[in-house]
Amino acid sequence: MNYLPNILFAIILIAGIGYFARNVKKLFRNIKLGKDKDINDNKSQRWKNMAMIALGQSKMVKRPVSGFFHIIVYVGFVIINIEVLEIIIDGLFGTHRIGLSILPESLYGFLIGTFEVLAALVFIAVIIFWIRRNVIKLKRFMSSEMSGWPKNDGNIILYFEMVLMTLFLVMNATDTSFQALDSGNIISQYIAPLFSGLSENSLHLVERSSWWLHIVGILIFLNYLYYSKHLHILLAFPNTYYGKLTPKGQFPNNDAVTKEVKLMMDPDADPYAVPAEDEADVPPAKFGASDVQDLSWLNLLNAYSCTECGRCTSECPANLTGKKLSPRKIMMDTRDRLEEVGKNIDANNGVFVDDGKQLLNDYITTEELWACTSCNACVEACPISIDPLNIIMEMRNYLVMEQSAAPMELNNMMTNIENNGAPWPYNQMDRLNWKDE
Amino acid sequence: MSEQLIVPTMAELIAEGKTPDILFWVGSAGSYDDRAKKITKAFVKILNKAKVNFAVLGTEESATGDLAKRAGNEFLFQMQAVMNIEVLNAYNVKRIVTCDPHSFNCIKNEYPGLGGTYEVLHHTQFIKELITTNKLKINESSFKDKRITFHDPCYLGRANSEYNAPRDVLKTLNATLLEMKRNKATALCCGAGGAQMFKEPEKGDKDINELRTEDALETKPDIIATGCPYCMTMMSDGVKVKEKENEIKVMDVAELIASSQNL
Ligand code: SF4
Ligand code: SF4
Repeated sequence: MNYLPNILFAIILIAGIGYFARNVKKLFRNIKLGKDKDINDNKSQRWKNMAMIALGQSKMVKRPVSGFFHIIVYVGFVIINIEVLEIIIDGLFGTHRIGLSILPESLYGFLIGTFEVLAALVFIAVIIFWIRRNVIKLKRFMSSEMSGWPKNDGNIILYFEMVLMTLFLVMNATDTSFQALDSGNIISQYIAPLFSGLSENSLHLVERSSWWLHIVGILIFLNYLYYSKHLHILLAFPNTYYGKLTPKGQFPNNDAVTKEVKLMMDPDADPYAVPAEDEADVPPAKFGASDVQDLSWLNLLNAYSCTECGRCTSECPANLTGKKLSPRKIMMDTRDRLEEVGKNIDANNGVFVDDGKQLLNDYITTEELWACTSCNACVEACPISIDPLNIIMEMRNYLVMEQSAAPMELNNMMTNIENNGAPWPYNQMDRLNWKDE
Repeated sequence: MSEQLIVPTMAELIAEGKTPDILFWVGSAGSYDDRAKKITKAFVKILNKAKVNFAVLGTEESATGDLAKRAGNEFLFQMQAVMNIEVLNAYNVKRIVTCDPHSFNCIKNEYPGLGGTYEVLHHTQFIKELITTNKLKINESSFKDKRITFHDPCYLGRANSEYNAPRDVLKTLNATLLEMKRNKATALCCGAGGAQMFKEPEKGDKDINELRTEDALETKPDIIATGCPYCMTMMSDGVKVKEKENEIKVMDVAELIASSQNL
């Protein structure tokens, strides 16, 4: 017996999964470059959110057209992948359609039939997605941040899915014994006649080629994820789990600031006190974020999860009125910079070597940051609970508290608050004057 | 003005040995901004009419720090917050109502972490409470059959998921309520949030308040209603830009209630 195909298969499988595991490790490391943030509360609510938003796609359907087709692709993709299990067993043990010898024929037929129908539906949905991006040119896919790689990425994913679905159906159509069963070939029976002119041998060749290309394609796709917005098919789950549960308007209070403020307000505190031994070595906390390491790991997880769908940007009041700010770009920039930092670490034996760049200015400009109205429309719109606003606020904190670089009018406003307890230059003693006016 | 407004301060009440049921947080805009002061007074008229036992802090009130926080100055925010919390706690305040969704959000959500936990209500929620508990009776309204569209303030709506209270209050006016195409969770910001009110907008092709005013105008309203002093400024300016100020009024929910009852 010839074991060559089995061995070849095992090598490809191990290589594919091994490389993917390496990327996952890198992904974890990069996300952990972010600052600690303790999220341990409300586990049951979090599971519920994950079930509703990621698994149940509850926010996707807010836009019914894309939501509907997305569900088809999502359900199809997940269910059809059950078939991969059979492919792997067949590949490793040299069997052919092991499912047929384990399951009753009718059940096997039902399963494959379901996969076939789904494959056809996915194919159609993917074509519609392609048309929306390339023919109708929906506005949210045409923004400036969507040129180059992000645009290609979007299309590559669609081509991948078209090819994989086609291979699956052709594989079934050219499998003479499977067609002979006439059970489960709901779609492929209509594809089979296309190959009717071929000899038995050629048919077998087409069937084998489709089979191999299908599994190799899946492994390549798996490894493509790390480089693509398609990573969301995995990260949407943790991302919705860790999504914000407090009211959207509640911005976190900075604990380091609280400490300082308490110290300043405490009449008993000695302003000239020498810091305690153990505190002296700790560098003063940096307020806000100028680079990805200053953001929380959740911000970074958000960045990797972003699907670049642009729902956030299409609801952003600043963006809608022609300002440079785009919450999607905030997420994409964060991911790009994080990748850059990660590569830097890889190239320098595990330590980050200053590259003279940072997230602020080199990726996200102050013009973008100051255009935000903190309206939360982006947060509300995101189908997978990403919070672009939190990154914007962290960066504003840095600009104001570390660099005193707020626009002049805002500095005036804040000076007024400091001096008279109101954003305008009015005397605090006049605060009740309205009563008698 | 028909009658003198009754606006006791906390200090006065305490001196008389009384405690108010609720503190009215006027906020900086409500205290100093000419247009917003009218909202403040309208709300006080409602409070007086419903015989609510309330007080204001008066000169002991200071900016919540919300603006500083959104502008990125966490330090100034916390200084303001701690100062205000000291005053509020000293007066043993339990319940607060305010006409400013930004103060509402800030005190309700961001003060507790700094030691100030209160029940905080937006004035539309409180007016609704007054109506449902029969403390405020809405008689025949002068806005009957007027077309009113409500603009959701971001910090009341999306930020705190309160979409119903202002609408429920407006319903008592027997007017025709119209929804803009972007409403409730998808409402468009007026453009003032995040401290934008205090600076020139960044370069773009339009001002946000203009776009939002267009949303409102599509409903062909007689009145644009809102529940925020900053939205008030933005929408009023928007209506002026569109040269509609003679046909369309921008009014706070409190003003609509007060004026419908001839207060
Ligand atoms: S919060 Fe800022 S970035 Fe998000 S939609 Fe509003 S203006 Fe745009
Ligand atoms: S942040 Fe959310 S809404 Fe915005 S592009 Fe990414 S996935 Fe889409």
